Amino acid sequence: MDMIVQAHEAARQRQRQQQRTLHFLLAPATIWLLVFFMLPLLIMLVISFMKRGTYGGVVPEFNLANYAQLLNADYFIIFQRTMVLAVATTVLCLVIAYPMAYWIARQPPRLRSVLVMLVIIPFWTNFLVRTYAWMVLLRNEGVINTLLLSLGLIDEPLTMLFTPFAVIVGLVYGELPFMVLPLYANLEKFDYSLMEAAHDAGANNFWAFVRVMLPLTLPGIVAGCILVFIPSIGAFVTPDILGGSKSVMIGNLIDRQFKAARDWPFASTISITLMVIVSLAVALYFRLVGESDRTI
Amino acid sequence: MTALNQSQPLMVASPAPAARGQGARRSLGQWLIITEAVLAFLFIYIPILILIVYSFNASRFSSNWEGFTLSWYRSLLQGGGVLGLGGVDEAAQRFAAQGILHSLRNSLIIATIATVIATTLGTMIALAMQRYRFKLRQVVDIMLYLPIIIPEITMGISLVIFFNLLFRLLSQVLGITAVLGFPTIIISHVAFNISFVAVVVRARLAGMDPALEEAAQDAGANDWQVFWRIVFPLIMPGVLGGALMAFTLSLDDFVITFYTAGIGSTTLPLFVYGMIKFTVTPAINAISTLMMIGSMVLVTLSLVLQRQQ
Repeated sequence: MDMIVQAHEAARQRQRQQQRTLHFLLAPATIWLLVFFMLPLLIMLVISFMKRGTYGGVVPEFNLANYAQLLNADYFIIFQRTMVLAVATTVLCLVIAYPMAYWIARQPPRLRSVLVMLVIIPFWTNFLVRTYAWMVLLRNEGVINTLLLSLGLIDEPLTMLFTPFAVIVGLVYGELPFMVLPLYANLEKFDYSLMEAAHDAGANNFWAFVRVMLPLTLPGIVAGCILVFIPSIGAFVTPDILGGSKSVMIGNLIDRQFKAARDWPFASTISITLMVIVSLAVALYFRLVGESDRTI
Repeated sequence: MTALNQSQPLMVASPAPAARGQGARRSLGQWLIITEAVLAFLFIYIPILILIVYSFNASRFSSNWEGFTLSWYRSLLQGGGVLGLGGVDEAAQRFAAQGILHSLRNSLIIATIATVIATTLGTMIALAMQRYRFKLRQVVDIMLYLPIIIPEITMGISLVIFFNLLFRLLSQVLGITAVLGFPTIIISHVAFNISFVAVVVRARLAGMDPALEEAAQDAGANDWQVFWRIVFPLIMPGVLGGALMAFTLSLDDFVITFYTAGIGSTTLPLFVYGMIKFTVTPAINAISTLMMIGSMVLVTLSLVLQRQQ
């Protein structure tokens, strides 16, 4: 009897110690994130329902005017444009990345990992620097125009910088690896003998691709599209540096409302809305993409 | 190419004319794919290579090659070109040169402190998440992923609003005057870096056999001993990899720093942003090239560490 009690006591003590260890491990990061991440977001949510003071600042008065203001044509068009630019970026990334990922997946294993590294490495350089590189390429006296002029293909420089085109190029350039990696993960696992079977069954290349390869690599496509869409919709640096007045995106609008207009409540409203859009995309990601297909 | 070779016997078996037609189409398709892949790699690398090449170009305004020069690199240290003044005002040049070195120093200080804190907290929470089952574990899991997926601008704006309210509260209640600066940048960097460190360390822990720890516990070691003698040496590469990743992210961060920095706490990315927005001199190419080399070294190191068995 005594021994049972002792064993029981020891087990409880062990459990208590484990509990203490768990709290010790968990508390610091959790508190940090609660205070310096969750609380600011909560404050922003509250402020998004308040009014702007006459000289900036916030008037603590609940109202829905900020959210109603989102439907104002001036702002709505920016949301619409951001959607269009983000979708265009996603589609272009898919079109560029699919054949690329396919080609990489068909190489010998050792070359494959080298090629995947080659896709990733440049994207670790500073985002500003990568975006600036396109400024050097696209501006009127830039590399592309100089080249085209000297080849005699054009008579005067093409206006490319500070246009929606430049923003899309910059976004595609910035987000491409997020498309290549999940596609590659799928295409590498794909059983290519299935394509032969489809050919045996009388399908030509196109139908074998549409009926066999596309459905089986769909998880990679969905994963890649969502992973590209999320940062594209929240982009700030790319449209700020490469874009002009006709390519203002949600991120730039938030920045302007916050800094230039000093309208914190409205800037908060837009930020919260942006976060909701992104959260929906993330929820979709976890819903549609199985755990084994997640590369991120 | 492999696909082509594998499917060739099949085509021989099918009716000859159709097979020939299909074979030709297929090889064309293969060529298209190879061409596309090569073009995609060029798309990835050409902008970077152009930056590097042009950082040595003597031409100031045009994109024509006008000879090799190191003057843009020299101008970074002398301040000329940084403000686009090129010998106009010596005092201003000295100021700009100080600016670049000063911002680099700021970046290194911030990244180092943020990395130490984030790596410690991130490793601890990774251990808790990977080794324990507890109530609200899923909630903590979601909170841990949020900083990775949330738009940077949302996080930046929410932090600067939070700090402003906090400062107002501090001055009203305690009479303390606080402004944006190093501490606010570091706090913000830690807030997003914890998540990245936790992801890397958790991946490492997931591949580890818990039997080792159990055996050590059965042998009478306490949690502290088990951690330092058994767990830490095994997850060390993951922790170092995570730390280097945090360091790189902190060093490279622009958007969140853009909002949480104050006067005198300009980091290197903020300085470069200023150069990009307000000047056009090839000195930006030079500093970009140097930053690229720095990032590559850090990341290669990080990947090597993470892969180590």
